[in-house]
Parts: sequence; structure tokens; C-alpha cells
Amino acid sequence: MSFFAHYNYHIAIILAMIGFYTMISRTNLVKKIIGLNVFQVSVFILFISIGVLEGGTVPILREGYELYSNPLPHVLILTAIVVGVAMTALALALAIRIHEAYGTVEEDEIHAQDDEPGAQ
Amino acid sequence: MNQALALIVVVPMVGAAVAALLPAGRGPWLLATAISWYMLAAAAMLAGQAMDLGMLSYAMGGWEPPYGVEYRLDPANALLALLIAGLAAVVLPFAGPSLANEVPIEKSPWLYAALLLFLAGQMGIAVSGDAFNIFVFLEISSLATYTLIALGRNRRALTASFSYLIMGTVGATFFLIGVGLLYAMTGTLNMADLAARIPEVASSRTVHTAYAFIVVGVCLKLALFPLHLWLPNAYTYAPSAVTALLAATATKVAIYLLIRFIWTVFGIDFSINEMPTVQLLVPLAIVGLLSTSVVAIGQDKIKRMLAYSSVAQIGYMVLGIGMATELGLTAALLHLFNHALMKGALFMALGCIAYRLGTSKLDAFRGLGRRMPWTMAAFVAGGLSLIGVPLTVGFISKWYLVLAAIELGWWPVVAVIIVGSLLAIVYIWRVVEVAYLQRADDESRCEAPLSLLVPTWILVLTNFWFGIDTRLTIGMAERAAALLAGAGP
Repeated sequence: MSFFAHYNYHIAIILAMIGFYTMISRTNLVKKIIGLNVFQVSVFILFISIGVLEGGTVPILREGYELYSNPLPHVLILTAIVVGVAMTALALALAIRIHEAYGTVEEDEIHAQDDEPGAQ
Repeated sequence: MNQALALIVVVPMVGAAVAALLPAGRGPWLLATAISWYMLAAAAMLAGQAMDLGMLSYAMGGWEPPYGVEYRLDPANALLALLIAGLAAVVLPFAGPSLANEVPIEKSPWLYAALLLFLAGQMGIAVSGDAFNIFVFLEISSLATYTLIALGRNRRALTASFSYLIMGTVGATFFLIGVGLLYAMTGTLNMADLAARIPEVASSRTVHTAYAFIVVGVCLKLALFPLHLWLPNAYTYAPSAVTALLAATATKVAIYLLIRFIWTVFGIDFSINEMPTVQLLVPLAIVGLLSTSVVAIGQDKIKRMLAYSSVAQIGYMVLGIGMATELGLTAALLHLFNHALMKGALFMALGCIAYRLGTSKLDAFRGLGRRMPWTMAAFVAGGLSLIGVPLTVGFISKWYLVLAAIELGWWPVVAVIIVGSLLAIVYIWRVVEVAYLQRADDESRCEAPLSLLVPTWILVLTNFWFGIDTRLTIGMAERAAALLAGAGP
């Protein structure tokens, strides 16, 4: 089994690590959201890869075809994408509110404002 | 087929849409309260049937399990469903006056829509028997939670909500990865079916990875030390009634998920023998419950102190799970139920204080024993339960935990449980001392209104009721533990 036989799984892992690292290392809230998105997309790719069958065709019953891809993971991922969109929308809305309240979306500047004496 | 099993999730979900359309004012609150009472009635009826029949099942849309989504109720999640619905039915009447004071009235339709979605999500996790369905409900309730936390008055509520969103989404996505890997190996998402098929492939590395992802993901959600960093700020800055509901139910549902996956889906043999579950959970639980109890002692904001105490109490539950015995599991389930009662009562008492004084700082507690006698009495009663004084629920669950530890011969763990209780005495005493022994500048009485006191006291009294008459809680917890451990009813 060569490295490239499962390249889609490798891409999923690489994307997940890129997203995860972005989320941990960046202090900008919007960049954190982008990292989170990349991380989620990697999971979508993982799920879609599971459904693929070598030599399989689209899952529509038709004469002359025996082998079909599994449609269930794709359906699951449609749901997960919707969840991801809702999450992104909420995160961005929070980022806007944070910008209104603090005047910045940089985490260290927000902490600095919170730590100031007199800040409640 | 039992329609109530589907309605208990569908009614709050539809109610959320209706609440969002109602005009601002008392309407959305009344609707949400009515729905929470319906949920309690339905949960009580379903729990009774689940105890009699052993298991209830509902096939969504008429699709036979394991192909369709199955809702499934056995004594283990019947206990949880009863807990969620019961706490909601007590906290929502309280939420009306409390939230009207803390959140602008024009936001009330959306506020109660989010609360109802939160309840629908929690109840969905409790009754669903489908792993992917659980992920969706996990995200529904989490998204509603982030919104509710962000409604806090302090601007730090926004950052607290944001960091919870990041960590909560990572937890849920980890869970999703685990479910995907399990699906790849077994071709099913139904939890009962998964449990039947996993043993065939148990030695595969994919299943091991799936287990790791699911356990870590769920532990993020249940705030196991050291994954608890989102919790203190989220509880501190959320509106009082929201904190009471969150502290009572949100982490408990995640604990249930952990139990369900370790014991039912993967099977306890796999969890103990193939994976280092005990070696991982027990040390983290012990370190967590001791360190966060110590941190709680140093807090000046009482709400934050109780938040840290919640992390410590989660340590007790995870300790019970980590013992991997039937008695340990009984203790964990009991503490899950009992902790919801005591933390609910304590956070509601803080809500009464916040209603009058607008703060939960320790300085503000001076002389409160005379200024708000009923509220402070409720706080003390809840505190006694938290410490584990006999005749309260806290004693029952800690007693079972100690018994479970003795059964295993884990004497150091017994000592840890006792030290944890002593630390709880210290942080509750700090509040009692300030409230009763120090004089305030302003000695005028400012007792909370009855609309807040009555729900608080109902919850306080249940702390004593279930501390004295333990048939219901212990009966259900023992049945549930026996079922999960495979002995059957």
C-alpha cells in the first residue's frame, strides 16, 4: 500500500493539523474562526472519503451497474456543513460584538483591557 | 410505538420557532415555561414506562432501526431525561423575573427561542440512540448555549462565549471524527447496533483512534480537568438563570454521553482492557477535584467560586466512571442527578442576590444573612448539600462513591473524596462567615421577591427530599448501572 493510495486521508490529516495549529497559535479572533473552519472541512473530507468505493458509480439504481458509492456519509456531511455554517455565523457575530465592546479582535489586547485596574 | 418519546424533543424545538415570532414581553417566557412543564410530565411518564418495560424505542419517520434514526429510552437515559426536564421546569419560572432584570426586554423572543433550542438539544442527546443524531443535537444545544452566555451584561460574557465556542466546536468535531471512523469500520450509526458490531473489529487501530477521539471530545464538553478552561468564565458571565440551567444540565448530559460510549457502545471490556481508560480518567479526576477546589477557595466572585466547584464535582463523577465497577457507576449516576439539584439551587440563590444587588462579589455578601434571610438560608442549605452533610443528596452520592472506592480497596481515593469535601467546607464557610458574622453598612432588608424565592426553595427542598427518601434516585441509578454493566434488569 503506497503513500499515495490513500492520499485523500492524508490531505484530511494535513488540513486538520493546519486548522488546529491556526486556531491555537493565532491571537486574532477572525483567524481563529478560519482555523476552525479549515479543521471542520478536513473532517468533511474524511467522511466523504469513507463513502467512496473503488470503481463505484453514483448511487442511482440503473441497469448495467453493480457497484455504487455509499451515499450516507455525503448526506451526513450535508448536515454537518449546515451545522458548520451556523457555527461560523455565530462566531463571526460574536467577533463583531467583541469588536464593538473592545474596539479590537486581538486576543492579547482584549486581555490587556480586561486586566486594567478599574475594568469591571 | 410511543409518540411522547419523539414529542419530548419536537415540542421544544417547534416552541423555539413560535417563541421567536411572539411579541416581546411575557409571552415567550410563559410559552417556554408551559413547554418545560409539558417536558417534565412527558419525561415522568416515559421514565415510568421505561422502568416497567426496560426499554422504549421509537423509529423516526417509520424507518426501522438500525437503518433509520432510533430514539431509545432505558433506565439510564430515563434518569437523565427526568433530570433535564425537572430542572428546566423549576428554573424556567425563575428565569422570567430574573432574566427580565438582566436582559433587555426586547430580546425576550430570541432569548426564550435559544433557551428552548437548548432544551430540545439536551433532551435530544438524552433520548437519541443514533450516534450522528447525537452530534447534531450536541451542536444545537451548544450553539444555543453560546448565544445565551453572550447575553450576559458584562462585556466579558462575549469573550467567554467565544472561547467556549472554539473549545466546544473542537470537542464536537472530535466526536464527529470518532463517529466517522466507527462508521467506516462497522457501517452503522445506531448505538445498539454499533455495540453489537464493534467486538468483531475491536483490535483494529481505527477503532482505538475512534475511541480516543470520542472520549477526548466528550471530555472537552463535560469540562474534565484540564479541559475545563472554558467553564469558569462561561458560568461567571452568563445571566444568572442561564448559569443555573447550564450548571445543572449541560455538563451532566456530556457525562451521560461518556458513560454511554464507554459502557454501552464500546463495551467496558474494550474500554478497560484495550484502552487506558482507568489510568487516564482516575488521575485526572483526582487532580482536577483537588486543584479546582483549592482554586475555588481563592475566588472573590462567588459565581466564579461555584463554577470552579462545578469542575471539582465533575471530578467526582468521572472518578466514579473511572472505577469501572457497577457500584462506581451507580455513584457517578447518583452524583450526576444530585449535583444538578444542589448546583441548581446554589446558582438560583445567587440569581436572587444578583436580582437585588446586581453582583456576586464576596464584599456584597456582608450582612446578607439579615438582609436576605430566605435567600441566604437557601444558599447555606445548598452549600451543606454540596459539602455532603447527612440528610442531603450530597451525602448520598458521596457515600456511594466512598463505598465504591472501598470495594476496590482504593483507600487513598477515599481520602481524596474526604479532603475534597473538607475543601468544600472551606469555600462555603467563607461565604457564610461574611454573610452572617460581618455587619453591613446598610442593614435594610431587601429580600428577593417570591417569584424567585419559591422556585429556589422548591429545588432546595428536593435536595433534602432525595437525601432522605432515596428510593427513586438510588433505585433508578442501580437499575441503570446494572443495565449498563450488562447484568440486565
